[in-house]
Amino acid sequence: MNTEAAAKIQKVGKNTVLINMGPQHPSTHGVLRVILELDGETVVKATPDIGFLHTGIEKTMENKTYAQVIPLTDRMDYVANLSNNLAYLLAVEKLLDIQAPPKAQVIRVLLTELTRINSHLVWVGSHAMDLGAQSMIMYAFREREKLLDLFELCSGQRMMTSYFRIGGLAQDIPEGFEAKVREIAETFPDRFDDYERLLTKNRIWLNRTVGVGKISTEDAIDLGVSGPILRASGMKWDIRKSNPYSGYEKFDFDIPTGENGDVYDRYLVRVEEMRQSIRIVKQALDGIPAGDYVARVPGVVLPPKEEVMSNIEALIFQFKLVVEGFTPPVGEVYHSIEGPKGEIGYYIVSDGSNKPYRVRVRPPCFANLSALPKMVEGRLLADVVAVIGSIDIVLGEIDR
Amino acid sequence: MESENSILARLKNKIPQSVVEVSEFRGELTVVVKREHIVPVCAFLRDDPELSFDFLSDLTAVDRLGRKPRFDVVYHSYSISRNHRIRLKVGVDEDQSVESVTSVWSGANWFEREVFDMFGINFENHPDLKRILMPDDWEGHPLRKDFPLTREEVMFTHNKNRPPKIE
Repeated sequence: MNTEAAAKIQKVGKNTVLINMGPQHPSTHGVLRVILELDGETVVKATPDIGFLHTGIEKTMENKTYAQVIPLTDRMDYVANLSNNLAYLLAVEKLLDIQAPPKAQVIRVLLTELTRINSHLVWVGSHAMDLGAQSMIMYAFREREKLLDLFELCSGQRMMTSYFRIGGLAQDIPEGFEAKVREIAETFPDRFDDYERLLTKNRIWLNRTVGVGKISTEDAIDLGVSGPILRASGMKWDIRKSNPYSGYEKFDFDIPTGENGDVYDRYLVRVEEMRQSIRIVKQALDGIPAGDYVARVPGVVLPPKEEVMSNIEALIFQFKLVVEGFTPPVGEVYHSIEGPKGEIGYYIVSDGSNKPYRVRVRPPCFANLSALPKMVEGRLLADVVAVIGSIDIVLGEIDR
Repeated sequence: MESENSILARLKNKIPQSVVEVSEFRGELTVVVKREHIVPVCAFLRDDPELSFDFLSDLTAVDRLGRKPRFDVVYHSYSISRNHRIRLKVGVDEDQSVESVTSVWSGANWFEREVFDMFGINFENHPDLKRILMPDDWEGHPLRKDFPLTREEVMFTHNKNRPPKIE
């Protein structure tokens, strides 16, 4: 939106002033711009303005083969890459009607739970920093580094991993993987206790968060809000429980919920979610099945490297698959998973060619951010910072 | 899929004239609805106690260039209490508009703005229909199939002194 368009925003009050928060405000987590109408320090009207990071990812996806789309999914929610990978792959696998083998499923669950912790760590660090608790980000990023090291060990990349592939994983789990995950699972709960000691009963933290940015369950559902924000408003809905995917039904974990739907409850819900994720990780680690890491579906999954090097037919298959891709049946599927920020959904329309006719991403932050005016209107300007932080937005995903 | 059949049965029983076509693929129910009936159908889906589709997961569109009507507006709705999903589709042509469902689910507001921005589909009675991702002065609608992937001429040594040409 340009300046002329901003001028078109109708003021609702008489002695009010319009100000821009962002797009380069440090607490807007990227390039979010919020046009605020203030009466003194009270927010009368808030209008979020997005699109500064729009890169046309959905358009690009229509021009790539199914396998080439995977790296693009990494680049949307860049702090929860593997969750995005998984949502896309489950949709493609549904379209192809194939299933990943048990080992791949368990590793997928394990790594997406660690991704959830990763995303929540970035959130707790930056959110606390926004509200003045400057040391939190150092602690959170110390732990995050351990997770990024693990992702690098698996895939060679810290953030843009693309480790999950159609039918399973890109490669088998590396040596030393289990020891590293076990170390994380053993040490992290103590770290979460440390965070809680810093924040949960901190008087300044309570003053800034309790009762701020409230949203009722009905409003949240009506606005399409999902994930921890909806659960903090008291709705016990988690796609991992309601529509289990990748074998989540085999794991034992709880869904934390809040009561008041304020910033403080969202904080409590997310911290508890990290603990529950560690629970799932421990169970997954104890039950990694033997077997192959990818479903060997001919024509969809690359043949094993040893065969490519020794068998001319396998070499031809590999060449054809890399150059042309595969052609799924005509149809359309929607698959959604519980990402760290809410429901990540992929809607794929296939016309039977080797490229998807349309890929639509349902970004959780997009719907969550649209509830921002509801949460901040009538409250103080300083609360806007707290609320934006509590929504946990990633603009790369909102703008795509 | 017994639950999905009962969704369909209730829908057909209540408003039989609205349903154009029904299909199922990979266990997902798709119902094509008449364009002018979309708001009553959505309101019925939300308010019926047996169905209670209270959550709009997603709203998007697909450009079927060369077909009449050209666009499909696609609604993905979910019922949190009943745990079932439905996909509604509405055919819209270039010169037609479709009624906004913001009166049923407020969350449709931004989704419809995005569809308007990316496909140029007009939504009637939308509270604030304007571009959301692209700049306000942008020409064209990027996700239409006849919108080129790269609009500007790529600069090489042989054309570096010419100003970039926009197709």
